[in-house]
Amino acid sequence: MIPPQRRRRHPTQEPPPPPPLKLEGPKDGEGERPPERLYILTGEDGERAPIDLVTLIVARADPPRSAAPEQSALLRLCQSPLSVAEISAYLNLPISVVTVLLTELLTAELVQARAPVIRQARADRSLLEAVMHGLQKL
Amino acid sequence: MDFKSSDTITGPRTEDHLPLTAQAAAKIVIVGGFGVGKTTMVGSVSEIKPLTTEETMTQAGIGVDDNYGSKSKTATTVAMDFGRISITDQLVLYLFGTPGQERFWFLWNGLFEGALGAVVLVDTRRLEVSFDVMGRLEERGVPFVVAVNDFPDAPRYTLDELRQALDLAEEIPIVRCDARRRASSRDVLMTLMSFLHSLTMSAAST
Repeated sequence: MIPPQRRRRHPTQEPPPPPPLKLEGPKDGEGERPPERLYILTGEDGERAPIDLVTLIVARADPPRSAAPEQSALLRLCQSPLSVAEISAYLNLPISVVTVLLTELLTAELVQARAPVIRQARADRSLLEAVMHGLQKL
Repeated sequence: MDFKSSDTITGPRTEDHLPLTAQAAAKIVIVGGFGVGKTTMVGSVSEIKPLTTEETMTQAGIGVDDNYGSKSKTATTVAMDFGRISITDQLVLYLFGTPGQERFWFLWNGLFEGALGAVVLVDTRRLEVSFDVMGRLEERGVPFVVAVNDFPDAPRYTLDELRQALDLAEEIPIVRCDARRRASSRDVLMTLMSFLHSLTMSAAST
């Protein structure tokens, strides 16, 4: 029995840029537009902190009286560090909405964000060794 | 989407709290076709019960037969199951898998960006469902290893046959696994880490 055959692909120099959004409807042959994120809780075009799925968030203060219910809930959740993905899961809110909430809370200095470890051109060898060591203990 | 009122929100169980010393987290993505065992693998190694996060996106004309040129937008929700492994008191590893909708993963900004690497889980009964995902990882330069989730009724190919069928570069590891078993899934992650480590070593020597 012969398995189906794949052909390997190669890195593109730059990630393919999303096709520009156009105001008119799609032309023939380009029926699909790239998805855009939905911003639900705020419509402002505020600056967004670079927040990753695995940025760890810790509350710095108790919820102020003026906080929106979502913000209060988020602050209560983050008494101990919690990733953005976990916050999204517990609050049952999409990542983009959590990101907006966090941007506001970061601006108000009500939460602290601990940046994720990300892959770089040259990954950190000691980090990988720490992860391997940790996995061995599983 | 309705926001749950705050008294109905269940946060992490006490034993699932990360220590305050947790300084940074890294992520790994587990990809593969529908039903190949990604969520199973996440669950078997995670220290917490797997959680689900989602991103909502809009796209013109997904599955819409748009004969009249009307502007229709369809909201698409892309869901990800994920788990967590505490590596040290400072470092946490997150594993993201997904129940399906592969064509949307790569439109989820930030999912693959910054990931240390990926595990491509394949099922030899439907090898071809992983082809597109592998190609996209290659295009984006995300390093990955291949894990063959052995199903009892699946055709048995040798790893060499699979390496050829998948057109894998020589250096990319391919291993067999049983995603239901923690030790086996752990070994797959270890294979990925060793591979990433070897990449940094070879980058350092050039």
